[in-house]
Amino acid sequence: MNKRIKFIQGNDVCVEAALYAGIEFFAGYPITPSTEIAEQMASRLPMIGGKFLQMEDEISSLCAIIGASLTGHKSMTATSGPGFSLMQEALGYAVMAEIPCVIVNVMRGGPSTGLPTHAGQGDVNQTRYGIHGDHSIIVLTASNHQDIFRMTVEAFNFAETYRTPVILLLDEMTGHLREKIDIPEPGNIALVKRLRTAVKSGIDYHPYLPREDGRLPMSDFGDEHRYNVTGLYHDMWGFPSDNPKIVYGLIRHLVDKIENNSHQIARFRKYHVKDADVLLISYGASARSALHLVENRRRRGEKLGLLELQTLWPFPVDIVREVCKEIKFTVVVEMNMGQVLQQVRLAVDAPEKIFLANRIDGELITPTDIRNILRVIQGKGV
Amino acid sequence: MEKSRLLFSGSGGQGVITAAILMAEAAVRYESLNAVQAQSYGAEARGGATRSDVIIWDQPIYFPRVTQANVLICLTQTAFNKYQEMIRPGGLLVTDSRLVKNSRKVDARKIELPFYDAVMDTIKKPVVLNICMLGAVVAVTKLVRIASIKSLIAERFAQEFHETNFQAVDLGVELVRQFQSK
Repeated sequence: MNKRIKFIQGNDVCVEAALYAGIEFFAGYPITPSTEIAEQMASRLPMIGGKFLQMEDEISSLCAIIGASLTGHKSMTATSGPGFSLMQEALGYAVMAEIPCVIVNVMRGGPSTGLPTHAGQGDVNQTRYGIHGDHSIIVLTASNHQDIFRMTVEAFNFAETYRTPVILLLDEMTGHLREKIDIPEPGNIALVKRLRTAVKSGIDYHPYLPREDGRLPMSDFGDEHRYNVTGLYHDMWGFPSDNPKIVYGLIRHLVDKIENNSHQIARFRKYHVKDADVLLISYGASARSALHLVENRRRRGEKLGLLELQTLWPFPVDIVREVCKEIKFTVVVEMNMGQVLQQVRLAVDAPEKIFLANRIDGELITPTDIRNILRVIQGKGV
Repeated sequence: MEKSRLLFSGSGGQGVITAAILMAEAAVRYESLNAVQAQSYGAEARGGATRSDVIIWDQPIYFPRVTQANVLICLTQTAFNKYQEMIRPGGLLVTDSRLVKNSRKVDARKIELPFYDAVMDTIKKPVVLNICMLGAVVAVTKLVRIASIKSLIAERFAQEFHETNFQAVDLGVELVRQFQSK
């Protein structure tokens, strides 16, 4: 029996992957449907010399991992909608202070305490626009266990590469679903290490002076270099500044370091897209239903394809536009009122050919639900 | 093989989700099949209606929910009333003969077994009701081997509970044997 084959929940896969990526610190406050992540971290992290802290709330959870990350340790927290709402202030701080960290949001039905034990995908826009002020952010998602593993590792990698918080947006359905996972051998997925400064002790280190390539080498806080970290606009030393040139330079840097690399950050899967007449675009648990329908219809000769998005933000505009070009019509499948639909319509040349198949009652959208929408669009009646 | 869709239902605390997980995990780890296990429950930990969906197949499984069950297992009357219409025509309906009063309208192969009474008579521990039911489901569906379920129980449960649970599995198998020889 292969020991790397496991039959576990999506939340547990996220933990396995975070450990694979080298996590050393987790702080969190348990909340359904993300609780298993905190639970597993509490038992696993101490065994590898890491630290687990149960905090008093989600605000302090994110603050704690920001601090831990600054001291040089890969850090993560996990929550769901209500907790993610509380994290927004600290999330903005992590964006501004350029702190690499991973925040998992296992979505449930919202708003407010909503539907704790049911699935929803209503937090897509919140991950992008939840915090105040202009910024850019990386948001990844996945629909099956193998991809949850990969995307969790990618989240840590992107966080280090771009010195930014990365949000891993899962949902109750995939978080609680049990299925097979073949845990990759160490070394099979490349890991990005913390980029540390080569500046020696006693020589000036500029914590916020980007290199040519936009990356900022870090110095472990409390180690040989003393520097300032703030949520205020700051100069290359990290000290507050309202100098318009510095303010302009920093906001451009925060946005550009992500938007200019959107092609490197874009992760997606194409299923039968090449010769498709009709295209589905989906992500997370909804993509499972979409793929079920696509494989089913293909067996009957219908030219249906699926573009599964794994990077939600920055939105992969070019990929979506390209794929939708030759398509008769496209249906976005999601469990909200059309949050990704909006982005797809903005991305394509013919937004009138983009439709929505959604479900907003806490139940997973079914292949039949999607098929019924397709029939209505095609004028076949349900 | 045919895609098998099983729906385990009952009341929170009866262990139907545990039984469903054991079945699906045995299929993946001991029989090299694909399986998914999903569950649905309310905010309450005990007493609420519980269901767990298991799909076992030798091909990739995408949509993880059971909308029409080949095998429907009900351990309470509430669960039976709620889920009976989800059974596929000609499917298999497994119920506890004491806990569920079965309507005759269901178009399915009905297997009513006295799980509760048998467990209370021989093992005297209601906690293994779910494992007795699992033994019966495995015996009647033959989707995984009884030995695989026992190996998994040995792996998952603390040593002191192995023997009772093995007994419960065997009891479930025996109930099916008696039922089929009637």
